[in-house]
Amino acid sequence: MNLVESFRIAMRALAANKARSLLTMLGVIIGVAAVILLVGIGTGVSDQVTGSLEGLGSNLLFVMPGQYEAGTGGANAPGRRFTLDDLETIQRKVDGVAGAAPVLTAGATVKAGNRSMRVMVAGGGEQGADVFANELAGGRHYRRGEVQAASHVIALGSRVTETLFPNQDPVGKQVTLNGQRFTVIGHYASMGGGLGGDQDSQVYIPVTTAQKLFNINYIDAIVVKAADPDDIDVVRGDIIRALKPSFGEEFTVLSQEQTLGILSDLLGMLTYMLAGIAGISLLVGGIGIMNIMLVSVSERTREIGIRKAVGARTYDILSQFVIEAVALSMLGGVLGIAVGWGGASAIERFSPVPTNVTIGAVSMSFFFAFAVGVFFGVYPAWKASRLDPIEALRYE
Amino acid sequence: MNRPDNDGRVVLETRGVTKTYRLEDVEVNALQGVDVSIRQGEMVSIMGPSGSGKSTLMHIVGLLDRPTSGQVILEGDDVSSLLPNELSALRNRYIGFVFQAFNLLSRTSALANVELPLVYAGVGAAERTRRARESLERVGLGDRLGHYPSQLSGGQQQRVAIARALVNSPSIVLADEPTGNLDSRSGIEVMTVLQDLHAQGITVVLVTHDDRVASHAERIISVFDGRVREDAPVAQRVMAAAELAELDGGEVRRP
Repeated sequence: MNLVESFRIAMRALAANKARSLLTMLGVIIGVAAVILLVGIGTGVSDQVTGSLEGLGSNLLFVMPGQYEAGTGGANAPGRRFTLDDLETIQRKVDGVAGAAPVLTAGATVKAGNRSMRVMVAGGGEQGADVFANELAGGRHYRRGEVQAASHVIALGSRVTETLFPNQDPVGKQVTLNGQRFTVIGHYASMGGGLGGDQDSQVYIPVTTAQKLFNINYIDAIVVKAADPDDIDVVRGDIIRALKPSFGEEFTVLSQEQTLGILSDLLGMLTYMLAGIAGISLLVGGIGIMNIMLVSVSERTREIGIRKAVGARTYDILSQFVIEAVALSMLGGVLGIAVGWGGASAIERFSPVPTNVTIGAVSMSFFFAFAVGVFFGVYPAWKASRLDPIEALRYE
Repeated sequence: MNRPDNDGRVVLETRGVTKTYRLEDVEVNALQGVDVSIRQGEMVSIMGPSGSGKSTLMHIVGLLDRPTSGQVILEGDDVSSLLPNELSALRNRYIGFVFQAFNLLSRTSALANVELPLVYAGVGAAERTRRARESLERVGLGDRLGHYPSQLSGGQQQRVAIARALVNSPSIVLADEPTGNLDSRSGIEVMTVLQDLHAQGITVVLVTHDDRVASHAERIISVFDGRVREDAPVAQRVMAAAELAELDGGEVRRP
């Protein structure tokens, strides 16, 4: 007997118990849908984070005080902080640098007329906009002279512009930042969420101005842009040599790739964890299949006896019942993929959580559904195939 | 050997067959040295009360079971020590079963039920349908192909079972109490079909406890306490067609 014949027999048997087949499949449907959905969310979030980081360019180096260790941010480590002198050291001693920017961030409230907003203030250098490739929607970046003079000039992130100056050009307007007056010189196009939080909700002022405003003399980090991405390791080595005399080992230089690697590891782990949790429900679905197949085998003992009496071999009975279990799980798999995919699309559309259902995740969960059918179908089928025809025919 | 005109070759033969079951700690000697032979074209009854070993003998003759010792010779080959899968293939090829409880697959049409042995013989779909239809026509159910067992009377169901037994052109049709679950009229109709098939040259083995049913055959092998007590031709063979005529009071004769 060939497989097509076994398949037809299996489909007929499943159709004969529609409600039961559907309920059995439900376990697999939920399991597969959960895998698709959760892995989709994990992949979506991971894509967004790495995407925004990659958007910064592959030739960036992040220089932070303290030694980087997984789980703790190097920038928050205790010890000596960077100052603008260290930035100067890098600019003076390291070759192949297209730009270097100080990074200093702190929270503040920005006001314009009766409108106000809580923002992150990013203090930077005149090369900052170039290093981070921020795109202007209007106006200009602050200039070298304004950084040296600690001028009260400010550039706004897109959401800040929308909030403070809806439907207006903010350039030339006045705002206050923690009570001090600033002149708006530019505003940026939307950049989306990023690593340091929402870049669109930031305001950008010269780092010197920021130090005065917050009454501090350090900077959080230095971002260096290599002129040529291929030289990134050379530049990295030069930076380390340049800072070693004053910092010893107490600083970290991370390339974009390393940062990305660390993040990908973390996000990948999260995705696997979600897949694992969803996989458990798939396993439960498989146990449901096994349970119902065992019931089915004992209900159909006499049928098995008849089939054996007229010439069915062990293999024929085995394949008939395995195919039945596999058909259940694969049908459940297909429906589960549809439900999971639909759910992911709905989440993408109606919530801020990004999702990404990949072909890999779909084929993996379908394969798992198939494997669950085989794994949990074999034992009941084996039991069926081993039945003695005489006993089976006597069974009531 | 029992009738001068029955000189066909031996289809199936048992030589010194014994069967011992072990039920927990008790050994049951169901068969204790049985020699029977069935010739091509014969109609034989295996008769005995329950517990006589008749069912065990039927299982061995039907290749559903293997003897503990002794030989079973089918078409000249010793099949007594074959594996279950090999026996399945032989049953498919050489034996057609008719059971007391009909044993049709429910939710499966008469035609599909009759096709079943051909499915396991690997016959293609079109050829299967053709032969199954032919077989159902042979037992007078050519107009019931698409009916399900639940839509057929007991007698009709048993005739579907006979059609299924015939469809592979087996060497032996083995009927185990074929009238046991039927009213007397349906039972006689089923016996008519079996006697007709025998008249057409098909070998029929009837297994029964009922003296009268057994007498529809040409020869009766009486089994008692696991041994053949008597193996003799039937003196006064009962003809089912005549019984049917008698039942109808000489009115309309049914086919």
